[in-house]
Amino acid sequence: MRNQIIAKAAAVAMTALVPGVAFAGGPVDDELVIDGEIQMITRAAPPEGHPLDEVLSGWLYRTDETRMLETDTFENPGMLEVQDGADLWNTVDGTAGKSCASCHGDAEESMAGVGARFPKWDEASNRPINVELQINKCRTEEMGAEAYKFDAREQKALTAYVKHQSLGTPVAIDLAEGHMQSWWDRGNELYYTRTGQLNLSCASCHEQNNGNYIRADHLSQGNVNGFPTYRLKQASLVSLHNRFRGCIRDTRAEFPAAFSDELMALEVYVTWRGTGLSVETPAVRQ
Amino acid sequence: MDNIKPRVKVPKSASAGEVITIKTLINHPMESGLRKGKDGNLIPRQIINKFTCEFNGKPVFSCELEPAISANPYIEFSAKVTEAGTFKFSWLDDDGSVYETENKIAIK
Repeated sequence: MRNQIIAKAAAVAMTALVPGVAFAGGPVDDELVIDGEIQMITRAAPPEGHPLDEVLSGWLYRTDETRMLETDTFENPGMLEVQDGADLWNTVDGTAGKSCASCHGDAEESMAGVGARFPKWDEASNRPINVELQINKCRTEEMGAEAYKFDAREQKALTAYVKHQSLGTPVAIDLAEGHMQSWWDRGNELYYTRTGQLNLSCASCHEQNNGNYIRADHLSQGNVNGFPTYRLKQASLVSLHNRFRGCIRDTRAEFPAAFSDELMALEVYVTWRGTGLSVETPAVRQ
Repeated sequence: MDNIKPRVKVPKSASAGEVITIKTLINHPMESGLRKGKDGNLIPRQIINKFTCEFNGKPVFSCELEPAISANPYIEFSAKVTEAGTFKFSWLDDDGSVYETENKIAIK
């Protein structure tokens, strides 16, 4: 009898816990306002053909403390690297004796909203180009400087600085340019392709299980509107292609090189999935 | 060390007797001295070991920092402002460098 009661009590406790992804509290019902001024869009209506009912920012899936860090650009630790990017913007480099500012002037004006429209079609290389590659293109073609290596400190800082100028602007990429649509198709296919010993696709976690836990990690929709993102785990900015590779590695698959055709296609597709969300760079995540 | 820039957020003005919040942040690796580098040798300790804040030459707040404090230390504290003046902040590095910055505050 007594055992039965205990068993019953345990069962009640279990039912309280199991649907209890809810106790994770995510996605939360909260509004992101930065510095008390910039109203951010963290919930958006999906673009046509999107598999989900609502597009949600990863910010909604994080803990109260982590979310708080992003509401104040002073407390946001990613801003230290954005500041570093601002210095790089004005630093002359290369044989042409130019800095970014020599051509583009004040980034707050010239780069406003620009980051929200990448990746874009690049006619010269006949493939999509992201902010990192655009910076390298400027460096090699206009400045006579060396291209930044993948994930160099300068690459992350300058990319974050450029994207930060679009803080609050909704993500909107143009699939009508060049062959963007065929790269979107390829990205779409990759998104649903299971890889690795764990046999997971992007969709296994971010479409079918967002809001649930994967071990201690709370899965979001995997939108990329906050990249480069400050991750508390690394205590520095993390680039999008680094995160792509991290996710694919975690499925125990071999991962493609940064800026390879596979990852550029995935960037086009995944960026499109976050259409309408505000650019949050530098977002703060777990 | 190069490239270290302290950041401070102090209100531009306050009413006399008001308690204000001061936020400070400095980019610093806070190398604990317990980690090993790629060559297997210990990376020498280099941290900010002390932070002080003075107002018109009088101490307001100070603290000692230890190796367990993570990179880019953020320190927030309150101060009561009775007169207009200047807050002076300094961070002491293990290598002897001192990083300093100042902020003025007016009385409304």
